[in-house]
Amino acid sequence: MRRLLTATAVASVAALALAGCSNGGGSEGGGSSDDAAIITTNGNEPQNPLIPTNTNEVGGGKILDAIFAGLIYYDAEGAVHNEVAKSIETEDSIVWDIKLNEGWKFTNGEEVTAKSFVDAWNYGALLSNEQLSSYFFEDIEGFSWDEDSELTGLEIIDDYHFTVTLKHAASDFGQRLGYSAFYPLPSVAFEDMDAFGENPIGNGMYKLAGENAWEHDVKIDLVKNEDYKGEREAQNGGLTIKFYANQDAAYADLLSDQLDVLDQIPDSAFASYESDLGDRAVNQPSALFQSFTIGQFLEHFDGEEGQLRRQALSMAINRDEITDVIFQGTRTPASDFTSPVIDGWSDDLEGSEVLEFNEEKAKDLWAQADEISPWEGTFSIAYNSDGGHQAWVDAVCNSISNVLGIKAEGKAYPTFAELRTDVTERTIDGAARSGWQADYPGLYNFLGPLYATGAGSNDGDYSSEEFDSLIQEGISTTDPEVANQKFQEAQEVLLKDLPAIPLWYQNVVGGYSTLVDNVEFGWNSVPLYYQITKQA
Amino acid sequence: MLRYILLRLLQAVPVFFGTTFLIYFMVFAMPGDPLLALFGEKTPNPAVLEALRAQYNLDKPFIVQYLLYIGDIFQGNLGISYSGREVSAILVKTFPVTLKLAVMAVALELILSITIGLFSGIRKGKFFDNAMLVVSLVLMSLPIFVIAFLAQFFVAIQWGLASPTVGGNTAWWNMLLPAIVLALSLYATSMRLMRGSTVETLGNDFVRTAYSKGLSRRRVIPVHVLRNSLIPVVTNSATNFGILIVGATVTEGIFNVPGVGNTLFQAIVRGERPTVVSFVTVLVIFYVFLNILVDLLYAVLDPRIRYV
Repeated sequence: MRRLLTATAVASVAALALAGCSNGGGSEGGGSSDDAAIITTNGNEPQNPLIPTNTNEVGGGKILDAIFAGLIYYDAEGAVHNEVAKSIETEDSIVWDIKLNEGWKFTNGEEVTAKSFVDAWNYGALLSNEQLSSYFFEDIEGFSWDEDSELTGLEIIDDYHFTVTLKHAASDFGQRLGYSAFYPLPSVAFEDMDAFGENPIGNGMYKLAGENAWEHDVKIDLVKNEDYKGEREAQNGGLTIKFYANQDAAYADLLSDQLDVLDQIPDSAFASYESDLGDRAVNQPSALFQSFTIGQFLEHFDGEEGQLRRQALSMAINRDEITDVIFQGTRTPASDFTSPVIDGWSDDLEGSEVLEFNEEKAKDLWAQADEISPWEGTFSIAYNSDGGHQAWVDAVCNSISNVLGIKAEGKAYPTFAELRTDVTERTIDGAARSGWQADYPGLYNFLGPLYATGAGSNDGDYSSEEFDSLIQEGISTTDPEVANQKFQEAQEVLLKDLPAIPLWYQNVVGGYSTLVDNVEFGWNSVPLYYQITKQA
Repeated sequence: MLRYILLRLLQAVPVFFGTTFLIYFMVFAMPGDPLLALFGEKTPNPAVLEALRAQYNLDKPFIVQYLLYIGDIFQGNLGISYSGREVSAILVKTFPVTLKLAVMAVALELILSITIGLFSGIRKGKFFDNAMLVVSLVLMSLPIFVIAFLAQFFVAIQWGLASPTVGGNTAWWNMLLPAIVLALSLYATSMRLMRGSTVETLGNDFVRTAYSKGLSRRRVIPVHVLRNSLIPVVTNSATNFGILIVGATVTEGIFNVPGVGNTLFQAIVRGERPTVVSFVTVLVIFYVFLNILVDLLYAVLDPRIRYV
């Protein structure tokens, strides 16, 4: 046996040398004595260097969340817990007083102080730094979209105490602080941010296994950070995130125990994953809301006629059947504009019956709209065909044309970039698929950026004074109960106007291997890696 | 000989400019703003978008962008991907992996197709020949992704004989399964070529002469028949490298091989001009060189062919 192994090793070394490949063979890297306790999971090659304020996608976000600890963190239910912060207090939702716990260190030994946060936020907010997540700082005093400007609202009181002054009240500001854009940075980061992005130094549960722990397009090796001071201490030796360009490959690895945790079962396996994995299959709602948006600028879709048509369309869609047949139960029909994993969510908002399938009512509403101005032409829903949307778009269009007797069809865009360009430039000539993944578990995040007048991601140019003022009241109050109440009232306005037609919440559909235990998925669909244990 | 090689190399220059220009133009003509997609469903602030556009020269007209790109290439700079990595670094990392996969696949394919083709040719019309005809017809009619999925499911997942994906472990034994899949997808054509060519060679006068001189089968088949039957197969295997790159994109995706195909696919999806153009250009140059090499190989196989 030993001779065979040696022979294989010699042969593979020779083959590597022959092919001029510098790769030392992946799985045995690291050199930690705790190799068996390393959890492997799926991921994507991060689209950007690992800089917290420049990472807005899941691939990089997953890694950042493992290697950084912020002021607060979110548990599986999305509830907020203090982490580096000792306390976060405000009296008016404008001035926020933040005190830090002492003794937190970055993995290079530098202490985490108020300056670590203030400098990182100033870097992220500076216009010329072109950070993808800079909009997270736009509520802070001093922020500017027009010129480079310091965040004057940040004031360091002492090493463990700073205050944040906002331009206007934002009751959920404290709730946002767990998002990666708000992570602290060690001073070494500002010397060369690009180099830092390759080898980030954090203060979280895990740290990079070494200088070249991030093997581009292949994987990133993280090991337990023994100096981590928080409550989420890793119950395993480390985390290896393997990058997959296609989820089918990741699923194949899961089936043969080559991968421990998979947080995204490919569509092609929806029919079989439950029988393949048994009780190791996971299927639960997540903070991902899906809809299609009908621009207010489209003919027939504004004013009273528009409202009738929107309601008719919504009631013509059989959400239960589509989620069942097309998605094999991996979507949950929507009953509002947010997500069931968010605190304050409700499924009995006034007017939510507009999201239920009702042929008679739909026909009736459509006929009423026709009396105002007769419908002609085709109703289309634009989608990007690189994202696996065709099946449900076709089903929704079928449902609409069967019930309303009009021509409805999907309009395919080859790429996501193309669809986004037409949506952003308002050259879209029909409805367009839309969706929203929350950055932090708060109701406002699903509403303000999307439907407030003039908001950044208000792709349908929706505008309602009633909605705006309710949202404003909610965001200005300091009482979370009152805030959620206002946000729900605001949603009741949306249920009447339907700037977007809610479809369903995407479930997190995942699974784990036979080698691990204690797998639980968080509110944001990412497994809570730190609590996973590996069998010896 | 040297003159011939130099001439052929000179021909590669217009090929280089032609392909880079065409590819650049095609990627440029792809509708949609690739930077917008970076922000997901969120609509970016125009100021940030402008700054990013300027950084990647996307705010300039096509011809200026192209000339800037070519200028950079001659300074040894292949550009920066949207993820901020040097394209040349990505290339250096992924190209050897794909090359290794391709070499393994072509080697397997040649060994299989030459031996089986030769025996089929010698036993023309016999049971072995007919059986191999059926096998090659089946393989020829199966798309490569079907072969790949079947191999992954049965060999790796059901029987546990190999790892279902390659990932970071690019040791040759770990890439054997995708290499076999690629080899099988090419095998049928080469095998049929080899068989046909063997049958033809066997009927030639020089084979009969060799036998009549009293040479044994063990000498005639390898030296006279095999060598003379190889020419079409060798030509074919050069074109095969082209097919391999296409096949590799599919196979690399299914087996998660961190190679050129996988990276190129992602870059096309994201509309990353520098990455797409640089990758395709390197592939084209590689292909041109390979063809020169094969042309030179003819002279080895058939000494009557001389390049002057």
